[in-house]
Amino acid sequence: MEALRVENLIKDFGGLRAVNSISFSVREEKRIVIIGPNGAGKTTLFNLISGNLFPSSGKIHLYSKESTRLPPYERAKLGLARTYQVTNLFFSLSVLDNVLLAMLGQSDSKFTMIKKCSALKGFLEESEELLALWNLKEKQHHLVRQLSHGEQRRLEVILGIASKSKILLLDEPTSGLGKDETNLLINSIREHLKDIVVLMIEHDMQVAFSIAERIIVLHHGQIIADGSPDEVRMSPGVREAYLGASLP
Amino acid sequence: MNRGKSIAIPLILLVLIIVPLFLPTYSLNLLTLILIFGIFAASLDLLVGYTGLYSLGHAAFWGTGAYLIGILSTRGLITNFLPLFLLAILAVAIVATIFGALATKVTGIYFLMITFCFNQVLFVIAWKWRAVTRGDDGIPGIVRPDLGISLNLGDELNFYYFCLLFFLASAWTMVRITESPFCKALVGIRDSESRMQTLGFPTRMFKLLCFVVSGLFAGVAGILSAYYNGFVSPLDLSLVLSGEGLIMNIIGGVGTLWGPIVGAAVITLLKHLVSGYTVHWPLIVGGIFILVVMFARGGIAGALKERWKR
Amino acid sequence: MLIQILNGLSFGFLLFLLGSGLSLMFGLMGIVNLSHGSYFMLGAYFGLSVSKWTGSFWLGAALGGVITGVVGGLTERFLLRYVHLRHLDQVLLTFGFVYIFMDLSKWFWGGDPLSLSKPALLNGSIDIFGDSFPVYRLAIIIIGFLIAVLLWLFQEKTLIGAIVRAGVDDRQMVTGLGININLISTGVFALGAFMAGFGGVVGGPILGAYQGMDLEVLILALVVVVVGGLGSLKGALLGSLLIGMLDNFGKALFPDFAMVTIFLAMAVILLLKPSGLLGKPS
Repeated sequence: MEALRVENLIKDFGGLRAVNSISFSVREEKRIVIIGPNGAGKTTLFNLISGNLFPSSGKIHLYSKESTRLPPYERAKLGLARTYQVTNLFFSLSVLDNVLLAMLGQSDSKFTMIKKCSALKGFLEESEELLALWNLKEKQHHLVRQLSHGEQRRLEVILGIASKSKILLLDEPTSGLGKDETNLLINSIREHLKDIVVLMIEHDMQVAFSIAERIIVLHHGQIIADGSPDEVRMSPGVREAYLGASLP
Repeated sequence: MNRGKSIAIPLILLVLIIVPLFLPTYSLNLLTLILIFGIFAASLDLLVGYTGLYSLGHAAFWGTGAYLIGILSTRGLITNFLPLFLLAILAVAIVATIFGALATKVTGIYFLMITFCFNQVLFVIAWKWRAVTRGDDGIPGIVRPDLGISLNLGDELNFYYFCLLFFLASAWTMVRITESPFCKALVGIRDSESRMQTLGFPTRMFKLLCFVVSGLFAGVAGILSAYYNGFVSPLDLSLVLSGEGLIMNIIGGVGTLWGPIVGAAVITLLKHLVSGYTVHWPLIVGGIFILVVMFARGGIAGALKERWKR
Repeated sequence: MLIQILNGLSFGFLLFLLGSGLSLMFGLMGIVNLSHGSYFMLGAYFGLSVSKWTGSFWLGAALGGVITGVVGGLTERFLLRYVHLRHLDQVLLTFGFVYIFMDLSKWFWGGDPLSLSKPALLNGSIDIFGDSFPVYRLAIIIIGFLIAVLLWLFQEKTLIGAIVRAGVDDRQMVTGLGININLISTGVFALGAFMAGFGGVVGGPILGAYQGMDLEVLILALVVVVVGGLGSLKGALLGSLLIGMLDNFGKALFPDFAMVTIFLAMAVILLLKPSGLLGKPS
């Protein structure tokens, strides 16, 4: 079954066509990286897939279900999750609460008004375990605004996983991180996200080529290459787009 | 901090239960009024403090509750308290659901404006529909509730304990709500509605539920106030009332529940005590608002929290 | 019919004097100013005293506006500036001023409604297609129209106007360009307050000056601004004329529920196009 299928997606902002008829589908691959110069339409594409934006035309299917105009919370039910390039966390809540909310997103307990949060033993344990796996357990009671940038980026990814999604969109997870922190995060992604489909927007070429099974290259809102890292490396269109810079 | 709470709460309960036995009528009535406004202010906090939705129309629910009591109880058809209360609450629920379904379509300043707008619609209806509401004359002659038992609520002390029961029940329920996953989600929505949507939360539904729950408690306050005053008028739907609800929240400190209750006490005391000394109480009260905004950010709760951190 | 339209227009232009300032305050500075109605009321009271004192209505109008303008400017400079973008605090702060102005006006002018007399020159009625119409109301339309034109010229044709417009679109950008947006903010606020006060005096012969006027007028101003669009001068004009007409015709056709139609119109706008008829979509 196709996890994701995107057909002739177009998105116009006034006179600007940010996404210009993009089509692709995801079947067996688990690690797809989307690269492209600034302004290529990568985040817009993510916004369309996640439902934060609706396309001007075209279709989106999630696990064979037509999802083009579904609101984000309906897509979450279908197994989709995403993280944000600009950190989008619940700043006034604790790290643990952030993860707890992510877990509650998929459960009807989220509507409970009379039960206490502290009584949700199952969710709390799972959240703490997840935090421990990603080395954030010691800071679980800290407020998000007290975390370092690197820790916040880590929490971003954790929230993406906590919702037990089947397909995860990671929007520049390493944005703003130094070399060491980037390696740490990428290794954690490699290790803990083995079983789900990951679509990742990445700026760092080394990272992209090292982690991807398949690379999609975007330029001016269109796909100019789509294939294995080797195929993409050889593609003349891609070389031109990156102005002859050597690809890893 | 938590130890403080476990001492403070029983102490406050003790004070609220014992002290009124010794208070003169004027002070007793003032305390009753504080309880009523306390429910009103706390209910607004759910919307303003926890969900981040600033409403300038909360009087709509107080007023609906109050007017239903006024209209129904003075016709002589229903005398027993329970049906009157249930009908009034039902009316509040209907109004809150309709207003909420529409208001939650927008946020920020537009939400402020639309809640103000809906409130004004009710205000004008109350003012002009003389046949039902008696217009700006208001509806006098509301007698204290008949509970079907031989308790005379016309006695101010009895009525105080009657209101205290509602206050404690409302406060306890609202506190439980703030500790629930539902409320955690509201705070999430306040911090990042987009993220909450991505995580699978139908955010508009949450906002609507919060709006209705908040409105219901405000309606309870309005019902009690109708009995307290024995009288209902368009003032129970006024912009001033909505504004004062917001002010009690801001002065007390939003997002805490107890802050707005303290704010309600402060504003009520200010208005009534200062007006005993000088006719220029608005000048003083207005001046205090300005001082609080400029020098006491986060209101009373904010200031106290700062001190407790040290 | 024509008379009704003119009536509606005259009330509309009064609302414009009030609403344009409020719209700019919202749009340029993001300030919720609940005391704007109080400026209108204060202007009416001051204008009344000055014109009684000096015998000149126009001096009263000018000074009434200037005094409120100064009050507004000082408030912005020393208080409102410090609660930038904090809407709740602005609500509290400006509500505090509502109370203060309410009390002061009652203290100095008493609780009874007062009336302003029209300037002698503008007394009487004029014959329009067989119906008589008060000269004064006609004067309001003309004055209002002139001020609208002046404001438009200021906004479109002067440098400061351009800065104000830019500020409505993107305040940070303007600051980044090294322009002293603070001074301009104070100026815009003072101008808005001036016009509200001036409007209060000009409206005085028709509405009078009374306790409670501040909130009544504030409510109408809020409707105007929402309908017309926050931050748009043209929107404020359109909104005020529309509301002026709706109010007038509403009162003539269904007197009991005229106000309800106005608020329902406001609600419809908020639900369909929150930024107002001519406001920029957010």
